[in-house]
Amino acid sequence: MRQVELEVLRYNPETDREPHFQRYAVDCQEEWVVLDALNHVKETLDPTLSYRWSCHMAVCGSCGMMVNGEPKLACKAFLRDYPGVIRVEPLRHFPVERDLVTVIDDFVAKLARVKPYLIPKDKAPEAAEFRQTPAQLKRYKQFTLCINCMLCYAACPEYGLIPKYLGPAAIALAHRWNRDSRDGGRDARQEELAATEGAWECSFVGACSEVCPEHVDPAGAIQQVKIESTVDWYQAHLMPWTKK
Amino acid sequence: MARSNKPIVWGPFATGGTLTAFVTPALVVVTLLAALGAVPDLLAYERLHALAAHGLAKVAIAGVVFLSLWSAAHRLRITCYDLGIRADTLVATIVYAAALAGTGASVFYLLRI
Repeated sequence: MRQVELEVLRYNPETDREPHFQRYAVDCQEEWVVLDALNHVKETLDPTLSYRWSCHMAVCGSCGMMVNGEPKLACKAFLRDYPGVIRVEPLRHFPVERDLVTVIDDFVAKLARVKPYLIPKDKAPEAAEFRQTPAQLKRYKQFTLCINCMLCYAACPEYGLIPKYLGPAAIALAHRWNRDSRDGGRDARQEELAATEGAWECSFVGACSEVCPEHVDPAGAIQQVKIESTVDWYQAHLMPWTKK
Repeated sequence: MARSNKPIVWGPFATGGTLTAFVTPALVVVTLLAALGAVPDLLAYERLHALAAHGLAKVAIAGVVFLSLWSAAHRLRITCYDLGIRADTLVATIVYAAALAGTGASVFYLLRI
């Protein structure tokens, strides 16, 4: 048993004019993560503390927050990795709703716009399923691991500068379906992806891929989208007869 | 939403970036070797001059110069934006003009060979 000190950003829209930090001393165990410490605070010290969480095993993507200034899943950030006072803040680039809870409407709306679902190329086989080879699965499997935790949006400096930018996770998930052999919806998704606020706002900083807790490579997906959109552009303008 | 025309400037940037990643290290090694006095017969001035006199070699050299300069110019433009210089149109005009001027100069001198 040892003690850590948490410095948590607090904001109650009903009583506070501005957010402020509050310190909590927490008796913790060696294997605890930041989320355990927050749960301990809520259960024993301060029931008014608000934050999102659900699975405690890096699957649900709810507990994204800034830990010492870095976007982390609170359930994956071990207390023993942080010497001294640990500063916990809501995810950067998102409006704060209350304490560590952010307003995520912007991301959810963008995600819906890129149509991240199967738009079948052919009619589904009668009384059977679509078949895929392991090679076809491998083309997109990595991008299916996204858990919509939005750490990449908090890490992306371009999203901070240009709020209209579609952002890493939405582009990576659109790309996931574009690379699926069963899917025929790329043209529809290109309306969003190939727009200026789509992949083109990315300047390839690469922070999104560094912070991703599931090791998806959104930066790689965005560069692939750029290459495909460039080929599209040259085809449409220099070889219009190749257009379907 | 309208599709962006960014591919016009991004296409040569990406091509140039890939190209310089392969060509630049080789050029650095060759230049260092030459500076240290190890000039193999193949890299002698007369040989290289004769190579550059060929029409296809001129096109290739001008292409490498254009793509490398354009790639560097575009990277500089993005870096300026990220560093907080938000006059993007002005920056873009300056850096792309510099890349085109460099390309023009290389074409000019290639044509005189």
